[in-house]
Amino acid sequence: MSEAPVSQAFLDHSVRLAQIANPESQIVHYDNPLPLDCGEKLAPFSIAYQTYGRLNADKSNLVLVCHALTGDQHVANIHPVTGKPGWWDTMVGPGKPIDTNRYFVLCPNVIGGCMGSTGPSSINPATGRPYGPDFPVITIADMVRSQARLLDHLGIHDVLCVLGGSMGGMQVLEWASTYKDRVFSAVPIACAARHSSQNIAFHEVGRQAVMADPDWCQGRYLEQGRSPRKGLAVARMAAHITYLSDDALHTKFGRNLQDREKITFGFDADFQVESYLRYQGLSFVDRFDANSYLYITRAMDYFDLAADHGDALANAFQGTRTRFCLVSFTSDWLFPTEESREIVHALNAVAANVSFVELKTKGGHDSFLLHEPELFDTIRGFLNSAARHRGVVEPEGWVP
Amino acid sequence: MNVNVPPHAVRTTDTSRVDLLLIAEMVRPGARVVDIGCGDGTLLRLLASRRGVDARGIELSQAGVNSCVAQGLAVIQGDADTDLVHYPDLAFDYAILSQTIQATYSPRHVLEQLLRIGRRVIVSFPNFGHWRVRTQLLFGGKMPKTDNLPDRWYDTPNIHLCTIQDFLDLCRHVGAKVERVVALNAYGTKLGVSMPLFAQNLFGEQAVFLLSR
Repeated sequence: MSEAPVSQAFLDHSVRLAQIANPESQIVHYDNPLPLDCGEKLAPFSIAYQTYGRLNADKSNLVLVCHALTGDQHVANIHPVTGKPGWWDTMVGPGKPIDTNRYFVLCPNVIGGCMGSTGPSSINPATGRPYGPDFPVITIADMVRSQARLLDHLGIHDVLCVLGGSMGGMQVLEWASTYKDRVFSAVPIACAARHSSQNIAFHEVGRQAVMADPDWCQGRYLEQGRSPRKGLAVARMAAHITYLSDDALHTKFGRNLQDREKITFGFDADFQVESYLRYQGLSFVDRFDANSYLYITRAMDYFDLAADHGDALANAFQGTRTRFCLVSFTSDWLFPTEESREIVHALNAVAANVSFVELKTKGGHDSFLLHEPELFDTIRGFLNSAARHRGVVEPEGWVP
Repeated sequence: MNVNVPPHAVRTTDTSRVDLLLIAEMVRPGARVVDIGCGDGTLLRLLASRRGVDARGIELSQAGVNSCVAQGLAVIQGDADTDLVHYPDLAFDYAILSQTIQATYSPRHVLEQLLRIGRRVIVSFPNFGHWRVRTQLLFGGKMPKTDNLPDRWYDTPNIHLCTIQDFLDLCRHVGAKVERVVALNAYGTKLGVSMPLFAQNLFGEQAVFLLSR
């Protein structure tokens, strides 16, 4: 949300494109196909990932971070495209709530993404050209299935804690439901067990904006050396409003005018809030792929954990021994507290070990990315407690 | 649910510890426990350290919940009156309701739910049959106020106060088996088990019941 000056690398489109084939991350390639919910198989495929901290001797200190719709694996390092700090730099690092002096933190780029994991801008081996619209439609479960493969590759059976906000939270729920014996604790933040009708509607607006841009070229813009920048920027502008709150926008901008004394009776960005949104839209298209945006929003729309379990959410968690900590925010109207409470009730119905906090914030859905001391306390307390119960040995001289 | 009890109503540390220690002593080590109205998590911590119990808590006040979770305790925000229905039958070995039943809207419903979700139920409450309460009403002609019940009638959260005898009647009414009753005097000392019930009801400032179905 900051408006710091962008780096030269950020302005250079080729830097972003380079991340698709050769990400500045560790990468693992699989020839063994990944079965997808749509019935197709993805092969070969790659997962790009970042790690922080060190895996301990008995491999019991892995913390898996799942990123949100427009996030990526660069959690706590300088982003190779934007030159800015990672998206959860405040949460992950030495001495931070997810303390990399104690925990081994792993964050993979989701499949369908555009930062090195296989997605619609990757080369389709069948044609030698970018997949574009030929990329299969993926789901949250597909993302999680590919992440389980990554754990297998790293030789780690189970996760001390899997965390994530928004779409990251959906992955957390999917992990806890599908791989019960591999998840010791789980922290779904600001999410839901199914994408609401209103949220699907917002996504549809974004997708239509992208597809209405003539430079989208039916999804084959990469082959034609074009880019639906305007469509994607509008999609981002609309979505960005949903991540904030009326209160946050009012506090930050009010009706203040942008570099002018009075309104111009035209359609320039008279208001600061317009200028801010335009900046958000433009900076987004420099780091994100339009087709990835279509595919990943679709994956979120399709997410409905109860529907996959006989329409009873509790069934998704039957027999779970995972320790859960759910977090919601008072100002989040995209994934309101009620959605988290439904998950809590389902977990209660199977007598699961659950903590649940609703935090008072002003920042809207994006609160999980902001400096919220109560969120830090919650995550630190829960994670350290999970580690204690798991019997993770504390490093010498480590202070919680 | 401690939000219902203003800070000045909290008993002195020594005495309240006896109350909680007594409850902890009733819990079998390693059992599955839920503490409804867990406040700042004092009993949860006690159960963890003394009985090796991985207990969960339900607390009405969001501030109480947040502070518990930040300490690594498994606590959710919830209301004894409305939220116990979400738990399956016999989900816990012990369901504990400490100093909270008198603040619920429907004590009978809450007790029935407790007996449904817990194999055993532990309930503690301030005894309204204590002689100080009785004498205040008798000679003062006003609603009693004690160290234990310091609020005025119009701002107390305790809307369903009862005596030890009243609670026994309720237990009988809902078919609960009373396994143990302990009354504590004003100093937090256990009254002798040999003391007849009418005397416990007169000299007990608070009572702890262990129930089963």
